[in-house]
Amino acid sequence: MNSTVQGALDRRSFLRMIAMAGGGLVLSYYVRPAGAAEIAKAAEVVDGLFIPNNFIQIAPSGAVTVYSARPEVGQGIKTSLPMVVAEELGADWKDVTVVTAKVDGAYGPQFAGGSQSTFQSYTPMRKVGAAARTMLIEAAAEIWGVPASECTASLGAVIHRPTGHRLRFGDLVAKASTLRAPAESSVVLKDPKDFTLLGSRVGGVDNPKIVTGQPLFGIDQKRPGMVYAIYQKCPTWGASPISANLDHVKSLPGVRDAFIVDRMVPEGKLTGLVPGVAIVADSTWAAFSARSELEVNWGPGRQPDSSWDGFGKQARELAAAAGSDAVKEVRRDGDVEQAFAGSAHVVEASYSYPFISHLNLEPQNCLAHVQGDSVEIWAPTQNPDGLKGLVAQVLGTTKEKVEVNMTRIGGGFGRRLDSDPAAEAAVISQRVGLPVKLTWNRTDDLQHDHYRPGGFHFLKGAVDSEGRLNAWRSHHVAFGSSQGPDDYPARFVPNYLLLTSKLENEVPQGPWRAPGSCTYAWTICCFLDELAHAAGKDPVEFNLALLGDRKLVPGSGPHGSPYNAERMRNVVREVADRSGWGKALPRGRGMGLGYYYSHQGYIAEVAEVTVSASGVLRVDRVVAAVDVGSQIVNLSGAENQVQGSIMDGLSAAWKQELDIQKSSVVQTNLHEYPMLRIPDAPRSVEIHFVRTDYTPTGLGEPALPPLAPAVCNAIFAATGKRVRQLPISRTDLSWS
Amino acid sequence: MSKFTLQVNGKQHEVDVAPETPILWVLRDHLDLVGTKFGCGIGQCGACTIHLDGSPARGCLTTVSSVASSKITTIEGLSENGLHPLQKAWCELDVAQCGYCQAGQIMSAACLLAEHPNPTDDQIDDAMGGNLCRCATYFRIRAGIHRASEIAAIGSEAGA
Repeated sequence: MNSTVQGALDRRSFLRMIAMAGGGLVLSYYVRPAGAAEIAKAAEVVDGLFIPNNFIQIAPSGAVTVYSARPEVGQGIKTSLPMVVAEELGADWKDVTVVTAKVDGAYGPQFAGGSQSTFQSYTPMRKVGAAARTMLIEAAAEIWGVPASECTASLGAVIHRPTGHRLRFGDLVAKASTLRAPAESSVVLKDPKDFTLLGSRVGGVDNPKIVTGQPLFGIDQKRPGMVYAIYQKCPTWGASPISANLDHVKSLPGVRDAFIVDRMVPEGKLTGLVPGVAIVADSTWAAFSARSELEVNWGPGRQPDSSWDGFGKQARELAAAAGSDAVKEVRRDGDVEQAFAGSAHVVEASYSYPFISHLNLEPQNCLAHVQGDSVEIWAPTQNPDGLKGLVAQVLGTTKEKVEVNMTRIGGGFGRRLDSDPAAEAAVISQRVGLPVKLTWNRTDDLQHDHYRPGGFHFLKGAVDSEGRLNAWRSHHVAFGSSQGPDDYPARFVPNYLLLTSKLENEVPQGPWRAPGSCTYAWTICCFLDELAHAAGKDPVEFNLALLGDRKLVPGSGPHGSPYNAERMRNVVREVADRSGWGKALPRGRGMGLGYYYSHQGYIAEVAEVTVSASGVLRVDRVVAAVDVGSQIVNLSGAENQVQGSIMDGLSAAWKQELDIQKSSVVQTNLHEYPMLRIPDAPRSVEIHFVRTDYTPTGLGEPALPPLAPAVCNAIFAATGKRVRQLPISRTDLSWS
Repeated sequence: MSKFTLQVNGKQHEVDVAPETPILWVLRDHLDLVGTKFGCGIGQCGACTIHLDGSPARGCLTTVSSVASSKITTIEGLSENGLHPLQKAWCELDVAQCGYCQAGQIMSAACLLAEHPNPTDDQIDDAMGGNLCRCATYFRIRAGIHRASEIAAIGSEAGA
């Protein structure tokens, strides 16, 4: 229990405290911080509910409410973490209602990013459920006059094992409410072999509302007196409006106001509030219609001539400039040049991939209501705390004055870790003094995304006379962050050199599902496949040999993390077994391997493709072997994430690219930005979870990186053609 | 602005809006039926799929003035209690991830099943290619349509 919170907390003061807590004050969130003496008083004001801690309420009817603290972005966390609570509580899942929690420090971390939610919250949520179960069992034991150790909680009731006596949770509410919450150290967790709910397939708790079109998402929110807004920014990044035909726009039907916002907050940063023109109207369509008549005279951008082709040219120049100040040496092991000189086979290749968009299907939006120095926000945000900070900065108020209501999110993929739409909505509401719903259109979304960066990798590798990887030299020319010293296959190759350079650029960038890994895995695993073939080795054998026979390979330096080579070897072997690796296939068909460690998950995938002689690609089958630790929480959700990651990885690798010209994105809508559709989706996806003894970790991201190299290596097996540029659609795959 | 009488999910509604307003925005902003979603505004994503006299249509490209005499069905009116075979199958197989596109997917699939009660994978791919799922739940969308087909067959046997 957190020692900073002591004494009685009735419901009113509890809620008041939650309102005050903001992000700073951390309440103990697994046990309700109240003693037995005060609980009797509290019972009067809690409507007869048993509230053992911030996450659980049990009614006399037996109905259990579990609060979900994390943003639900499609990763299934609103179902899976309450399942963890319910498992330890011994609740009947049918009795459980899940409610999205307020944004408050009392609930622990409340962001959805980095596939961290399961890893961070799995054990705390077990304790939340177990603490409440301990109290219910104690209540029943006292009523029966038996030792608590003879009692078990299961399916919403406490059972006295020797006699078979049974009391439902609802019947224990009054008694349990008089008990003191157990100390954290005394809470005993279930033996996982006794789990009945975890590991089963449970449908998402919002499914009934999703399939009937109920208002769940940010864009569905409404408030009394609400007006509708658009915010036009210059397609050229960093350009400000000088003037606009505001009088004309204001004269259009349904328009309430139109005005220029000339601030950038934080100053100089393109991922917060940037200058633009707002139109406020009586309906979304009135705002959209007026926008079509808006004419803006924009100032210059920062680097008005930047283009994708120009970046490519600079990257190639940098690749040829080894030794210059623009090239940074990140890691050097052994002597690559000497190794190249003495190796049996040396391979050189350059790989590149473009910028792509998050393309959340729910366009960016936010509902904001500013009143005085306070603001209430309804938003599809992955990062409510970050949103509070930006909105407070934009409005000139404090984070405590920003109240955030998390809605269901129509796709995140990292985009909604940034809060620019909320900043825009807040500025507009501050001006008009009304609740404002801001809706971006698809062009805003494509042209003002914070993109997954493109990149260029110049690679050279060598294998020795026994067919083992002997040297690896990589020069990563990046737009933002670049590869780190421990990125695979560093630590596995005797002679290794990693160089990086950064292109000067103004392109707004942000995390996109499995940042870094989503592209590095492709370059690394494809080049390893090239080297395996140069060595005349089967790719599975070659990669298993590279992974070696060590169990844990230590990280480098103070921040390095170990690489569990044993876990990776196991999933590579598993996927090879399950996929029928090595079977004979006719020309035009092939299998390829991809494997990568990211977000604490060890995952290997095999793709099986058919390429027609004219070059039409079909991905027939994908097999995945997945090690995310000791426990799959919700089997349906876990499989859904892996299936989705495979399809999403395929969509990105095969179809997606943005062109940049004159410091802006060329594409304006989906007709210019192809994505995977159902006809191109593999018909067979097989997922095999490999259980290990490690703490369970998340699945929002790590199954995506291995897919692109698996497909491209399969294409090579089918056609003999290497894909070294994404999207795959850029490469002519025809063969004869 | 013009007055229109609309037939939506079996009920009459009066609205006073600009004639060129897409029915998508009339449903969402004026009738509080927000199950029909805005995705692209150019008929490329299918999130706004509704039925006009039983046929699929894109709400973002259909003006209110063109549907004043049509029977409009939205996801909210597809079934009385959310018990259309597709809605049941979608819950049973846990098809959704973020869920934003799924109303449009279900509305398109309902028209497919009306025409082909037991569709093949190829028929599904043909009929559903206009509906984008950003989470790429296509594997389960196919399975969900097959399952709905089974549920409907069991239902009609039980009713016979």
